Amino acid sequence: MTSINPDQLTAERLAGRVRPALGGEPAPGTGDGTLVDTPGVRPPMVLNNRSFKEVTDIICGYAENPPPRWWFPLFGLSATIAGLGGAFILYLVITGIGTWGLNNQVDWAWDITNFVFWIGIGHAGTLISAILCLLKQKWRTAVNRAAEAMTIFAVICAATFPGIHVGRQWMAWMLFPIPNSNAIWPNFRSPLLWDVFAVSTYGTVSFLFWYMGMMPDFATLRDRADRRLRANPDGGAVLLPFLPIRTDAIRAYVYGFLSMGWRFSGRHWHRYETAYLILAGISTPLVLSVHSIVSFDFATSVIPGWHTTIFPPYFVAGAIFGGFAMVLLLLIPARELFANMKDFITLRHIENMAKIILVTGMMVGFAYSMEFFIAWYGGNEYELYAFKNRAVGPYWWAYWSMIACNVLSPQVFWFKSMRTSVVVVFIVSFLVTIGMWFERFVIIVTSLHRAFLPGEWHMFSPTLVDISIFVGSFGVFLTLFLLFLRFLPVFAMSEIKAVLPQASPHYGHHGDHGDHAGHGHHSEQAGHTGNDTGHSKGAH
Amino acid sequence: MATPLYVTETGEPIHGILAEFATPADLYHAAEKIRDAGYRRWDTFSPFPVHGMEEAMGFDRTILPLIVAVGGFTGAGLGFLMQWWMSAVDYQLVTQGKPFASWQAFVPITFECGILFSAFAALIGMLALNGLPRWNHPLMKKERFLSSSDDKFFVCIEAADGNFHPERTRQLLEKAGATSIELVEE
Repeated sequence: MTSINPDQLTAERLAGRVRPALGGEPAPGTGDGTLVDTPGVRPPMVLNNRSFKEVTDIICGYAENPPPRWWFPLFGLSATIAGLGGAFILYLVITGIGTWGLNNQVDWAWDITNFVFWIGIGHAGTLISAILCLLKQKWRTAVNRAAEAMTIFAVICAATFPGIHVGRQWMAWMLFPIPNSNAIWPNFRSPLLWDVFAVSTYGTVSFLFWYMGMMPDFATLRDRADRRLRANPDGGAVLLPFLPIRTDAIRAYVYGFLSMGWRFSGRHWHRYETAYLILAGISTPLVLSVHSIVSFDFATSVIPGWHTTIFPPYFVAGAIFGGFAMVLLLLIPARELFANMKDFITLRHIENMAKIILVTGMMVGFAYSMEFFIAWYGGNEYELYAFKNRAVGPYWWAYWSMIACNVLSPQVFWFKSMRTSVVVVFIVSFLVTIGMWFERFVIIVTSLHRAFLPGEWHMFSPTLVDISIFVGSFGVFLTLFLLFLRFLPVFAMSEIKAVLPQASPHYGHHGDHGDHAGHGHHSEQAGHTGNDTGHSKGAH
Repeated sequence: MATPLYVTETGEPIHGILAEFATPADLYHAAEKIRDAGYRRWDTFSPFPVHGMEEAMGFDRTILPLIVAVGGFTGAGLGFLMQWWMSAVDYQLVTQGKPFASWQAFVPITFECGILFSAFAALIGMLALNGLPRWNHPLMKKERFLSSSDDKFFVCIEAADGNFHPERTRQLLEKAGATSIELVEE
């Protein structure tokens, strides 16, 4: 047994001065110790035998300590890009959508491409938090918070594009069934209106899910700030030199408000877990419906190349595919840059997500080939022409970029060495993100630019405004994600603690797992260790 | 308010007795003992939901699923009604040559409204059943209690419980393996 007290031990271990108590070197061939393929051996969820306290200290530390040095320039850069994007949106609103490269034939282009691209990215967050929750995939606990945050930010980016694409943006409220002076209502038979409801419901429900998950973690941040204030009412960091408010006072108020007064009660946890499961259950059909409805925007039209029944499953698979690529693009650098993050996001997480990318990439590849097959088998010459035109027409480079990025590049994930190499996974995720953008571009622009009459044929080329607003949306996304990393609980602390081995009510009970009757001697043992620190005031 | 049964030496009414436990296993077994001793108004506190605590504490399943079902069906019903009334009653507009009340086209929005209302019912229902938001609580005055959000485990037996007795309750908690016990003022 060690003679130093637990808090000091924790501090030493966090500083990397003491080897983890039971850690040791990972077994050979298991990467960081989590790539265990032996059935019956459970790979650790969290590395380095972290205690509950260490989990709290590490995760709260991301929100409490000053951010790493790289954070400020990166934040400045992404906020500047976001601001420039905003300036171009303002220019667009003032001048009109003629500033985009749209024309009479190609009347949807980058705007809708970007909308579908971003809304698709959002799907990974809900997949991780809802579907993997229902499937009892415990590894999701380390990535769900960041993925849900990413979902919300992606939906914000996505919602911008249809909003500014309506032409007279100040009339965008007419998308919603709001009583107006013309006394007319939206057309409920239009998939574009279904889209309004699907995307706004999706954004709202994802936000509620994310927020509910964070409530206990906000309460932890609140309690830590509260404890520091009680220990040292006059000390601690002052927010600004000329403002006599202490940072911890702000934290206690803001995190306290957001926590809704959560107090970790067993009765509350029961209802909380029920609510969480229900939200997971209703989010699962929701996430499938959203991208299905997005695909209806195309599939219910009569444009060759759009009018296909494979669109809903094909869009959903593509959304999960692109979404996981974005999760990996964000989390791989984050786990390298933040201290101790590799204990939570292990190689097994990376490998699992690489496997999902491989599977969904093959689904997407199957859909690409099936579209071609049906175009030929269906015997419709316009349909066949639309697909031939994709592959060998003037936009052939977009089509083959899509195939190379989405179908070919994930094939490296058949090899375990590739799935567990963070560099390879990062590069493939980057390619997949590019490929998924091209997929939407190919679907939209190549189908529109050559419709039925050759006299209507047109090409599309983006203008500076198109490009700036698209790049600006990445700025918005990254800015929001960096703020998330700085101020919010980046991991679901209460969920991570619950999957630690010592969280089991049977932990340390050798040989009597699940045997509730056989616990007597343990309680007896604990009985005489306690109460020397207890103190109570007399009661009358 | 009725006169409190128990007060401290300074006359403060007692909220209950707070006991700390070191591990989830200790908390779990203590909960079983308190349940078997017949207490009703008490609670456990842990930084994460301890598996099987519902059984150890012996409380009934929450009615939250029912609330969500009511919310969801209300949402779906209202969603459908809205589309039907707006398209077929209030302002009839021929679109795509379809009947005014073409229910098939109303399915997606009906579904989305059902999901939206269920999600709000789940979150608001959970908070309401838990008596939240409530930003203060007698327990939060105890500095020790704040580590329930970090790595410590607690039981609080309230003075309002019929079985509560300052000495006997305390002895029960001691026997259950509490590492520290203190009184909590209201």
